Amino acid sequence: MFTQASLFILLLPLLGFLILILFGKRLPRQGDWLGTGFLGITLLLSLWLLIVKISSHSTEVFSSGFTWALIGDYSFTLGIMIDNLTVVMLVVVTLVSTLVHLFSIAYMKDDVRYSRYYAYLGLFSFSMLGIVLTSNLLLMYIFWELVGISSYLLIGHWYEKKSASDAANKAFIVNRIGDFGMFIGIMILFASFATFSFEGIFGALEAGELPFGSTGWLTAAGILIFCGAVGKSAQFPLHVWLPDAMEGPTPVSALIHAATMVAAGVYLVARVFPMLTADALLLIAYIGAITALIAATIAITQNDIKKVLAYSTVSQLGYMIMALGVGAWTAGFMHLVTHAAFKAGLFLGAGSVIYAMHTMLHKRHDHTTDAQDIRNMGGLRSKMPYTYVTFLIFTLAISGIPLTSGFLSKDEILAGTLAFSTLNGHWILPMIAFLVAGLTAFYMFRLLILTFHGKPADETGHQQIEESPFVMTLPLMILAALSLFFFYSFNPIGASSGWFWQALERPLSVVPEIVQPAAYPIFYQAVSSVHTLAMVLSVVIALTGIAIAVLMYHRKKLDPAAAAQKAGFLYTGSLNKWYFDEFYSKVFVGGVMAITRILRWFDEKVVDGIVNATAPIARGISRGSGWVDHNIVDGLVNATAAGASQAGGLLSRIQSGKVQTYLVYILFGMLLLGIFFI
Amino acid sequence: MELTTILFYLFSAVTLGAAAVMVFSRNIVHSAFALMFSLIGVAALYVLLHADFMAATQLLVYVGGILVLILFGVMLTNQGHNTGFRAGSVNLLPATLLSVTAAAVLIYAFVTADWAITDAEGLTETVHPLGMMLMGDYLLPFISAGVLLLIAIIGAILISTKLSDRSENSSEI
Amino acid sequence: MNLQILLSIAEPGLNHFLIVSALLFSLGVMAVLSKRNVIMVLMGVELILNSANINLIAFSRFTALSLEGQMMGLFVVILAAAEAAVALAIVLNIYNRFNTINLDKISTMKG
Repeated sequence: MFTQASLFILLLPLLGFLILILFGKRLPRQGDWLGTGFLGITLLLSLWLLIVKISSHSTEVFSSGFTWALIGDYSFTLGIMIDNLTVVMLVVVTLVSTLVHLFSIAYMKDDVRYSRYYAYLGLFSFSMLGIVLTSNLLLMYIFWELVGISSYLLIGHWYEKKSASDAANKAFIVNRIGDFGMFIGIMILFASFATFSFEGIFGALEAGELPFGSTGWLTAAGILIFCGAVGKSAQFPLHVWLPDAMEGPTPVSALIHAATMVAAGVYLVARVFPMLTADALLLIAYIGAITALIAATIAITQNDIKKVLAYSTVSQLGYMIMALGVGAWTAGFMHLVTHAAFKAGLFLGAGSVIYAMHTMLHKRHDHTTDAQDIRNMGGLRSKMPYTYVTFLIFTLAISGIPLTSGFLSKDEILAGTLAFSTLNGHWILPMIAFLVAGLTAFYMFRLLILTFHGKPADETGHQQIEESPFVMTLPLMILAALSLFFFYSFNPIGASSGWFWQALERPLSVVPEIVQPAAYPIFYQAVSSVHTLAMVLSVVIALTGIAIAVLMYHRKKLDPAAAAQKAGFLYTGSLNKWYFDEFYSKVFVGGVMAITRILRWFDEKVVDGIVNATAPIARGISRGSGWVDHNIVDGLVNATAAGASQAGGLLSRIQSGKVQTYLVYILFGMLLLGIFFI
Repeated sequence: MELTTILFYLFSAVTLGAAAVMVFSRNIVHSAFALMFSLIGVAALYVLLHADFMAATQLLVYVGGILVLILFGVMLTNQGHNTGFRAGSVNLLPATLLSVTAAAVLIYAFVTADWAITDAEGLTETVHPLGMMLMGDYLLPFISAGVLLLIAIIGAILISTKLSDRSENSSEI
Repeated sequence: MNLQILLSIAEPGLNHFLIVSALLFSLGVMAVLSKRNVIMVLMGVELILNSANINLIAFSRFTALSLEGQMMGLFVVILAAAEAAVALAIVLNIYNRFNTINLDKISTMKG
């Protein structure tokens, strides 16, 4: 029952994609109702699956599959697996996807490739659901790439814009780097265990088998698979593609680059968590922490509303990865879910603002003002009440203020890092985590205040701004409701008593004991002892961040420009995104260019020199050989040509154009073969 | 000497004789009628092989359908030219050599092969099991065959219509 | 007595049917290869198909004792019907185009 329902969930978006890509333009309203309706059905089914699975089959794992191909002793199976992790992800993906479909009806309504857009959304939903449902790494890799291609298509939706097509290319290429590592990791596991399925790999590890007999290889495999997550979840050093991906339509950013696809990396790490060794996990934790810090520091100086949110997403993803790395598995995954709701909401809210700004600018025939720059906004609160209130809730959630979902998950992550440091002494991790929590609260409130509070940048334009239509505000309201605490736990200050925590317990490690991370009971004890401290600290730090933002941008007690002056190179560095793009362009692109220059120099000076030196000698020889050529070689060539022509003439007689003559030849050949075989 | 043996030789002779007449006759209408007798002979051989449903199908489809179609073809392509009924030959020497060799090779192969013959009476009742198979294991090929025939009909109509006729018809519609 | 043996051997078995089919096949080949008229060629094709069908049904009767062979034969008949319809349509088209159906006159593909 579960497997059939989930197969249906998986295939319905694919069907929608096929219908829309083939007949989309001929359907009434270009088929937006079809895509939205299909996703709505999958959402209802997923909700039903979630409720039934969690309430009555909480500990079971359903799986089914069949053998796809047999090559020698290797069998490749296709299959799906449903456990609690899967059903929760199913609901996240289908929910956000449905709301984004709904939102796009208004946001994209005058787009030239409207049905194409909905088709790609369907393709994306299909591939993402595939990643969630699959029971083996090979299939996951295939869907992984499918997600990559649909992300590419959607980022480049407005491919007439050079920046959009460049961003699409960049996203795809940067992702390939990570995927390459992931593929090697998968192949290491396959080479040693001859299976791709999670169950098989974990089973073999549990039985004491190791890839090539060493734990080093196991660590390497874990880190290489994590490379895939680094690419997809935009972790340092491959985080550079995500901010550029904001060139895509804003609902796409909400769906792919905030809530689901970028969470796929986190999902992958959560999925393979049992086979990760302590060393691999430590690296993962540090990568996550570095990402969170870098992205948060960049986000505080950006002025493009979507760029701020993009860096915020990178930072929060770093948070999740860090949480998984330190062993706070449930907290990390819970942050994925809560973050999906409020970050999708933030993006859709930003979409609503951009839509309103764009409509206003369009009415005034103003084509020079940037509709996404927060310096051109301000005071939108009175004009867009629904967007404002929901945006405020999302901002509170991401800042980790109590009574929101974000508080529950973030607080657990902070407690987890703190506990990890008490066990292992890595103090830098909780320090980064708390710093980032403060930065997050600061830049999010900066964004909120500059956009919705204060004086409008342009008074006359401000009068013409209108609230977005209902299909755009409805998804915002739904997501705002989902950003409150009671969906995840009835206790507003502790997630661990809620159903979510109960249903998703950290899986047991299957790696050999000497390389295992700290066992769950020990870790849990450490978490409980620092939980209150983490909670108080996180609230205080978040409130401090908010207070600074309010003082700077609302009360104007502090001067942001002066602060920037004082920060000096820190400010310019952050404004320029720590020069990552420039660095990559210098080192990798520039490196290739330098090599080509060297080769060109070699070509021009050395090779050409040799060539030029040999020229006079060659001239002499050639004069001699010219005679030979003219008289002997040419004669031979001509004779050959004449011979070929004659032979061709003879052979062309076979081509009589008479079918029956051909038949005679055929039958003659067949009989010869027949006699030969008898 | 049993009756079936006599009948086998009789119908084999009819089949092969009629086929020979068909091949060597110089009049195409004669050939078509000879083909009819040959096909009827084949149907009778089917009966001897306990394939009565196949025999009926052979009669209905070949003798009733294909042969009439061939006669239509003859008539439609020889409007008024009596000489057109004459069917001359080409490639006579290679064709004769090859067909004789083919027969020799085939017969040699058949006779020397070690067939796993089941020495029992064949299934006597075939219509009911055949029907069950068609509606069971062979349902998909059966339906596909129906679609194929439909496509063949449409294709035949389209191909055989003159191009000028086609455009006229479409302009009327 | 000799006659008696001869007749008992001559009781029709698998080989007898196969030989008939082989002869039918060679006659069909003869028609296909040597006849000028396209319709004669088509008739030759029908003979070849029939010879194949005799083989299928004979094997079905004498070796497998199942109806698979007959089923194959049935589908061969269906395909033959479709083939005849389309082939004759092509013949009509050829006639409209070249005003002849003699194969040796239709050699526009000559190399």
